Amino acid sequence: MEPRLLDDWQGLDLDGLLRYVREVVEDADYPTVRRWRASGGKVVGHFQVYFPEEIAMAAGLLPVKIHGAPIEPRQGDAHFGSYLCSIVKTSLELALSGRLELDMFVSHPICDTARNLAAVWGRNVGYPCEVLYLPQNANSSHSARYLRGEYERLQRGLEAIAGREVSEADLVRAIGVYNENRELLRRLYAIKRTSPWLLGVDEAYVLVALGGRIFREEHNELLRAVIPMIERREATPQDRMRLVLEGGFCEQPPLDLLTTIAQSSYVVDDDLLVGMRFLTDDVPLEGAALDNLAESYLERSTYTPVQHDLRKPKERMLLDRIRSAGAGAAVLCAAKMCEPGLDEQVPYVKALEEEGIPYFVTEFEESMTSFESLQIQLETFIENVLFAEA
Amino acid sequence: MTTSTPPPPAATSQTGEHPLIGRGNREGNQLFKDWYGRLDAAAERGEKAAYVFVMGNAIELLESFDLPIVHSEINALQTAVRHVSDSYIAQAEDHGYGTDVCGYVKADYGLQLRGGEHPMGRIPKPAIAVYTGACNTYIKWAEIWERMYGIPIVTLDVPGPRAAGVLPGRGNRDFENDLAYVRGQLGELIERLEELTGRRFDVDRLREVMGHANEMTRDWVRVLELNRSHPAVYNAVTDGTVYLGVVNGFRGRPEGARYFRELVEELEHKAANGIGTPFEEQHRLAFVGVPCYPIYRRFSEMFTQHGGIFVGSSYTWFASGGWSTGFEYDLDHPVESLAEGLLVVARASMDAMFHTDRILADLAEPFAIDGIVYHAIKSCRTVSAGLADSRRAVMEQADVGTLLIDSDHMDPRVVSEAQMKNRVDAFFEGLETRKLLARSAS
Repeated sequence: MEPRLLDDWQGLDLDGLLRYVREVVEDADYPTVRRWRASGGKVVGHFQVYFPEEIAMAAGLLPVKIHGAPIEPRQGDAHFGSYLCSIVKTSLELALSGRLELDMFVSHPICDTARNLAAVWGRNVGYPCEVLYLPQNANSSHSARYLRGEYERLQRGLEAIAGREVSEADLVRAIGVYNENRELLRRLYAIKRTSPWLLGVDEAYVLVALGGRIFREEHNELLRAVIPMIERREATPQDRMRLVLEGGFCEQPPLDLLTTIAQSSYVVDDDLLVGMRFLTDDVPLEGAALDNLAESYLERSTYTPVQHDLRKPKERMLLDRIRSAGAGAAVLCAAKMCEPGLDEQVPYVKALEEEGIPYFVTEFEESMTSFESLQIQLETFIENVLFAEA
Repeated sequence: MTTSTPPPPAATSQTGEHPLIGRGNREGNQLFKDWYGRLDAAAERGEKAAYVFVMGNAIELLESFDLPIVHSEINALQTAVRHVSDSYIAQAEDHGYGTDVCGYVKADYGLQLRGGEHPMGRIPKPAIAVYTGACNTYIKWAEIWERMYGIPIVTLDVPGPRAAGVLPGRGNRDFENDLAYVRGQLGELIERLEELTGRRFDVDRLREVMGHANEMTRDWVRVLELNRSHPAVYNAVTDGTVYLGVVNGFRGRPEGARYFRELVEELEHKAANGIGTPFEEQHRLAFVGVPCYPIYRRFSEMFTQHGGIFVGSSYTWFASGGWSTGFEYDLDHPVESLAEGLLVVARASMDAMFHTDRILADLAEPFAIDGIVYHAIKSCRTVSAGLADSRRAVMEQADVGTLLIDSDHMDPRVVSEAQMKNRVDAFFEGLETRKLLARSAS
């Protein structure tokens, strides 16, 4: 078992535990990472959306998911031009301000801004910064073999940081831990779909996000404890609209925005931090581990606006998500200045209109602090839909 | 480096100017008109085209199947140069594309809604789109065509640079992994093109096209190098954009190879005779980014009126698709070499955008640069996201004047000309002061 990085939470009741998890997730000083580093541990930070954390864990490194922060990008701003999304600025701020100390940083070519991030980051810190080039042609029969090679390259870099080699057994053990984590996250999302009154979108969010800051064994331990508590929660179902929230694949809406949405509706599915749930099934434990990870990325995975797979048209996938969650409407949100998110809104709207599914379109920024206007607009939208159905 | 033909005797025309001078721009513009004329004729005949982008496109292969080729970025920027981009963009915004979406994408969306109506002629509809991920928006853009026309879209995924200064070559296992991936995809594309056109792949035709491309590449590298001359023999932003048009539109065609052969002749003549641009050169500048097309002429004048001449430009690196690397195909192994070329040049394109601080090393000393102008544009985060940081890095490394301005290359609403001019004027005052101080110190 990897070391525990959380405070002792075992005695807390559900509300107390959710409060504690939220505090950890909102703490831009990354106390769990500090604790790990204080014990001599090394850390690899990876930017949105997907990263094969199993390889980092197998090397004995703590993989930390970097997805911006609710902080003022005082230094980060000066390193980026205008017209860019907030998440790259606050993410870099974490490093430049010393809040988040890393031994390696990895970004991905998910969008035109993020693919510059490793270069910018690398010019300003003393540790290795690189791009993990996940395949953008998922439809080629050569993609899996290529990705396996790319994972081998990544593994060599991680081994250099860790100062030790990764064995096949290390990888298989890590995959097992992550398979359990994926299963537990699926159970969490099943509660949202079947009994959304038991678990608000903001509560589910912090429980998922916590996994990006601690080892997944500890995350599994916490989820194994908290899921039965949620299932036993005393809460009365209310006559609220069931929504799917789409647009949180990279920059994250502020938690208060999620709380605002949760006050007037049930979010029964979403793509918040979807990278942590990107693989939709267990990664096989038999056979070569890196092959299995590569194949799972291509063949057993969900969708986002920044992964390109002709077998998974995004609008059809969204409709599937809405139907399988039994949702009656969709909230389409895009982060300001997010080209892929904004591009995708047009076909999403068209598909929803063709299917007669009500939708609400909005933009957000992680730094926004006022939600009254959004709340009024959303409530009006919901009332209109309910009146139309009556 | 290419072998150069000796400059011809400095004969002059009746107007007192050597007939070679200005030929590159005149013929480049004519080639461009001819190119659009061919596309217009193809559209009239109802032929469909292969849609591509400038960074990584395998047009040699498409050309070997005799497909008309449409460069969608060039179509889009031409609407800006001709001051009509706003109406195309507005049409896309009416259909839901937000103000923060790339102006190229929106102008093209408007173009498609108009049935290909373009200021330079009618643009054929697509039969297929082939693109790399050198710019992520290429992929989102192609998805629009897929939805609009139901055409096949093919991502030729070319892995980019993983880190600054890490560009491995043959024999390196990571390079070989990338190359096998690109080669495999290329084979799949060939099969797709055979299905689409009903024609067998003709390796000899490909070899012929690649031979023309090699000739052009040799001369393109020579053109870039010739601007080390004092004075510079062309303006890398204005004249350079004409040359870029030919690099992209005519790679693999005999007229493209001929054009660059003759351009080298012209520029070598100018270099040998100390002939510069029409403006008196007082400051030698490097340009990083994409020109401001909505005010293209006035943008250039902001610099030339101060004697600022762009002797080098990162645009000529990445927007030439990376051919400034000088990669030449091995005609004995055309398909293998096409894959390697695609990997090497598309990766170089990306490197020229993400690691623009290398412009200092590549240009500053050999081209005797006085100042660097960074032009960040709202539309293109690929090019612009790292410019502010890159500039900081350059300023820490060298004593060179720099200017960072931002606007857009498509959307006139984002261009604040007066504000831009104030900043450019101040930049030149700074350059003058630097030179005065340097002179007094020496």
